[in-house]
Amino acid sequence: MNASVRLRHNRVELALHELRPAAGRPLLLLHGLAERSPTAVPAHLAAWPGAVWALDLTGHGDSDVAIGAGYFCEALMGDVDVAIAHLGAVTLYGRGLGAYVGLLAAGGRAEEVRGAILADGPGLAGGGPSPASPAVPTAVGAPPPGGTPDPWALYELTRDVRPPDYAATFARQASTRSGLDTALAVVGVNRPPWLEAVVQEPGVIEGTLPDALALFARP
Amino acid sequence: MSDSAITFPGARRPDRQTTVDSHGLAIAVHEWGDEAAPPILLAHGGFDFAGTFSVFAPLLADAGFRAISWDHRGHGDSQYAALYNWEADLRDAAAVFDSVSFAPMPVIGHSKGGSLMLQLADALPHRVSHLINLDGLPSRRSFPDVSDHQRTKLMADELTAWLDHRRSLADAQRKPGTIAELAERRGRMNPRLDADWLRYLVTIGAREQADGWRWKIDPTLRLGGFGPWRPEWSMMRLPDIGVPVLAVLGTEVDPMGWGTTAADVVSHLPPGGRLVMLEGAGHFLHIEKPRQVADLVLEVLA
Repeated sequence: MNASVRLRHNRVELALHELRPAAGRPLLLLHGLAERSPTAVPAHLAAWPGAVWALDLTGHGDSDVAIGAGYFCEALMGDVDVAIAHLGAVTLYGRGLGAYVGLLAAGGRAEEVRGAILADGPGLAGGGPSPASPAVPTAVGAPPPGGTPDPWALYELTRDVRPPDYAATFARQASTRSGLDTALAVVGVNRPPWLEAVVQEPGVIEGTLPDALALFARP
Repeated sequence: MSDSAITFPGARRPDRQTTVDSHGLAIAVHEWGDEAAPPILLAHGGFDFAGTFSVFAPLLADAGFRAISWDHRGHGDSQYAALYNWEADLRDAAAVFDSVSFAPMPVIGHSKGGSLMLQLADALPHRVSHLINLDGLPSRRSFPDVSDHQRTKLMADELTAWLDHRRSLADAQRKPGTIAELAERRGRMNPRLDADWLRYLVTIGAREQADGWRWKIDPTLRLGGFGPWRPEWSMMRLPDIGVPVLAVLGTEVDPMGWGTTAADVVSHLPPGGRLVMLEGAGHFLHIEKPRQVADLVLEVLA
C-alpha cells in the first residue's frame, strides 16, 4: 500500500487507500461485507492501466465505526461518493456488499462513475428481496480488536432488504445518465434477486473480469 | 421573551428526565406521573420529540399511569448518531423498554412512532400488552401519475440532492431564529396546529444560542429521501398482533399524514382490533384532540 487519506463523511472518518499511483482514471475497489481493502493491487485487477484505490466502508478496515450502528447501504453509497469527490471520475470494482453499494453509487453519481464491475463476494444478497421476520437483538457479540468489522454492520447489512425493482432503478439511472453504452458489468457467478433484475436492464452486460476491465479502461 | 414565560394550556413538563444507554448512544427519557404507577410507553413521530406529548402525557398521568416517552436518536435531547435507520430506532426503543420493565406494557405510537411500535409488538410480543396506533399505519405509496422518463428524472434529482447533502454535512447547523420564526417554520409542515402550541414547542425542542434559537434535531437529518422501504411493509405487521389493538385516524387531510384510509386499515386489523376515525382531526391526533384520544386509550386499557 502506498498511502492513505482520511476523508470525512458526516461524523465518520473514512480510510481511502492508494494501492497503485498512475495517470489515468482510477479504479476504486469496494470490499465485501466484513472485509477490508487489500494492501496491494490484487493480481486479477493488475491489468487496469490507471491508478488503483480502495475504500474502507463505514465500520470496516481503518474507517470509523458508527457508534450505535444504523448501517444502511445508501449511507455506504455516500461513503463512495465522498471518495469520488476526492478522486474525481472513477471506475468501480465491487465485491459482494461492495457490488451492491457500487451499483447504488453508479446510479447515484452516474456522470462520475465510468463503469462499475459487480463481482461475487461476502454480503452480495443482503437481507433478500422482502422483509424477514422482525427481530430486535440486544447484542451481537464483542467487536474484534481494533473495532472493525463492526459486528452491528455485519448484522444489519445481512438483513437490509434489496428489492429487485429498486436495484433495477439504479441500473437504469446508471445507463441513462452516464452516457455509456455499457454502464455495469456483472462478472460474478451468483445472482441474488436484486442482481438478477439488474442484468435484465439495458446497459448491463454479463461477462468476464478481463473483458470488463478492458471495456472500462477505454478513454 | 424568555422560554419560561411561554406556557400552553394543559401542557406540563415531565416529572422526571433521565438517559438510557442504547449500544453507546444516550437516549433521553421523559416521564410524567407517579413512578410507582403502571407504565405506558409513548413513541413520537419523525422530526418530533417527547415534548410533543406535553399535553397528552399528563392526561394519562392524571388517570393513574406512569407515562414514559423518549427522544429518538438525533431528536430532542437524545444524542446525535453517525447513522440512522429503522432497526437502530427499534433497538433504542427496546433499550428504553428494558429500563422500565420486562413485563408487557401498553404502548402508544404516533406516525413513525406508531409504525415502530407496530414492528416492536410483532418482534417482541411478550413486551407489549396493548397497542395503540395514532396515524402510524403507512399504506401503499401513491406515486404521481408521470411517465417513466419523468420518473427517472425525478429519481435522478432526488439522488443528486441527497448525495450533495451528504457531501456538505461536516459543519451542518440548523438555521437560527427567534421563537416566533422557528414556530412559523414548523407551522408550514404542521398547518393545523395552534401557533401558541408551536411557540411552546420551540422552548422544548430548540435551544437558545448566542445567535438565536435552533431546533435540537440533528441538522444532518432531512425529510423525505429514498430507499428500498415500502409503506406496505409496515401495514403487513398489523394482522400479526395478538394483543388489543386500537388504531386512530383523523378525517382531515394533512401534509404530514400518510393518506391512509379506513379501508386500508380495516382489511389488516387483527381479530378484535378497533379503528376509530376522529372527526375534524388531522395527523397530530393527540395534539389536536388530546382529551378524546386519551379517553379512547383509557377505554382500551380499562
